[in-house]
Amino acid sequence: MSINLSAIFYLISGVLFILALRGLSSPETSRRGNFFGILGMVIAIIVTFLSIGNFSSDFIYVLIILLIGGSVGAFIAFKIPMTAMPELVAGFHSLVGLAAVFVAISAFLNPESFNLGILGNIKLASLIEMSIGASIGAITFSGSIIAFLKLQGIMSGSPITFKGQHLLNALILISIIILTYLLCFTQSANLFWTLIAISFLIGFLLIIPIGGADMPVVISMLNSYSGWAAAGIGFTLENTALIITGALVGSSGAILSYIMCKGMNRSFFSVILGGFGGTEQSFSSKSKEQKPVKSGNADDAAFLMKNASSVIIVPGYGMAVAQAQHALREMVDRLKKNDIKVSYAIHPVAGRMPGHMNVLLAEANVPYDEVFELEEINNDFSNADVAFVIGANDVTNPSAKTDPQSPIYGMPVLDVEKCKSVLFLKRSLSPGYAGIDNDLFYKENTLMLFADAKKMTEDITNNL
Amino acid sequence: MEIDPFIFRFSIFILSIFIGYYVVWSVTPSLHTPLMSVTNAISSVIIVGAIIAGLSGNSENIFDIPNIFGFLGIFLAAINIFGGFLVTQRMLQMYKKKKKDK
Repeated sequence: MSINLSAIFYLISGVLFILALRGLSSPETSRRGNFFGILGMVIAIIVTFLSIGNFSSDFIYVLIILLIGGSVGAFIAFKIPMTAMPELVAGFHSLVGLAAVFVAISAFLNPESFNLGILGNIKLASLIEMSIGASIGAITFSGSIIAFLKLQGIMSGSPITFKGQHLLNALILISIIILTYLLCFTQSANLFWTLIAISFLIGFLLIIPIGGADMPVVISMLNSYSGWAAAGIGFTLENTALIITGALVGSSGAILSYIMCKGMNRSFFSVILGGFGGTEQSFSSKSKEQKPVKSGNADDAAFLMKNASSVIIVPGYGMAVAQAQHALREMVDRLKKNDIKVSYAIHPVAGRMPGHMNVLLAEANVPYDEVFELEEINNDFSNADVAFVIGANDVTNPSAKTDPQSPIYGMPVLDVEKCKSVLFLKRSLSPGYAGIDNDLFYKENTLMLFADAKKMTEDITNNL
Repeated sequence: MEIDPFIFRFSIFILSIFIGYYVVWSVTPSLHTPLMSVTNAISSVIIVGAIIAGLSGNSENIFDIPNIFGFLGIFLAAINIFGGFLVTQRMLQMYKKKKKDK
């Protein structure tokens, strides 16, 4: 296949990837969008085989490896529970990162087959591009592994900080730049290996100080990195499909990080520098114990809801942990039978990744037109009778609006307190990840339900 | 004087960032999780590089070091491609509209 023809096909596959993302603007078009994505991938792979034109025994090996990898991927995709989606995405990012590193190594060791010059005398531009690709790929890999371990609970979600951390990170980042610079002059393989090794190290160091609840930002950020790594490799290989895709994924991840940061009213840098949640723990713990709290049982909650005409449900990470989405849907079905209007309010940072709650509700067969974003529904709280908060905390905290001293001051929150009554389903009075007390617990119209989210929801359903 | 082909690729890159910017802003927030899994799947188009690496070593010894890195790359990217697209598909199947009144 001529090089120009294959370039046109790579362009087509890049365009199909754009259409795949475009399809996600609404659930109706999204399935077709995913099909475009698959088509684009198939075209890119077939064109690559045709343009190499090597159909010897090597081709069979490659095909077998591709199919083994594919079956592993398919197996994971069908088995994974929806609540584990953040871990899955983090794990997948690490694979893209590592694949980028492997391609870069291979190109460095065997530049002839990529038309980049010969070993020890690689074209300068290619060498820079491949260093960037390898370095970002390595950071994506080790960073995603840490994110994966934290989300999976294998590693503690609390931030790990030590003295001189930022200085160390800064030094490593500077040395990556210096190494890349030196590599361009010496073409030394040792420098290349060192570059990759310290990139792995910095990826690890960058993510350990970031707390569990900042994971939505971290995952989006790593998503973005995996895109830039792909783009770097795309420049090395002079491949349009890779460059377009890398740019798309890179900007997509960056936008998601921005949305997540805005949802928490935190600057991107304060998230990256990490340590949030550990330091503020001492804040506002003074008067916590004395304040009276009204707590109730499933019966009380069922009574309140039965007499309501509209209920708004506010799900949070606790719902995912307790796997309570199906129980919740059953409760809502029961409410609807009693002609009670039910809608769901989703805060942008509810859960551990962007859109986490929406997927879980969709899994439990909640129609997506009953699920609303913060701006869409926030005015409705004052007209609703009951707000049912299940596993959320900080995103409802009114002190974000009223108390300039609060660490989350300025964060957009759901106006849950405007409801006639609030049901707060939570395991205990413990503060959320920000380590701050929620005034909502002590409000007169708040009824606390201390229990496992799933169990309590089932009990309420039985009492309805 | 001819324009360096790098500049062309760089132009594609910059324009694609802008396309990505506008396309992603129009993605509905409820589909942000599928967005992440699908971007993950498409960024595995890096398999193109891995295939080149795996196939173009010297033909006498396919298990040359650069080839092996290529094979590993193919393996990892393939997990991602199949896993990413299929899990996205699975998620998107779940998004349903309210049933019209019977």
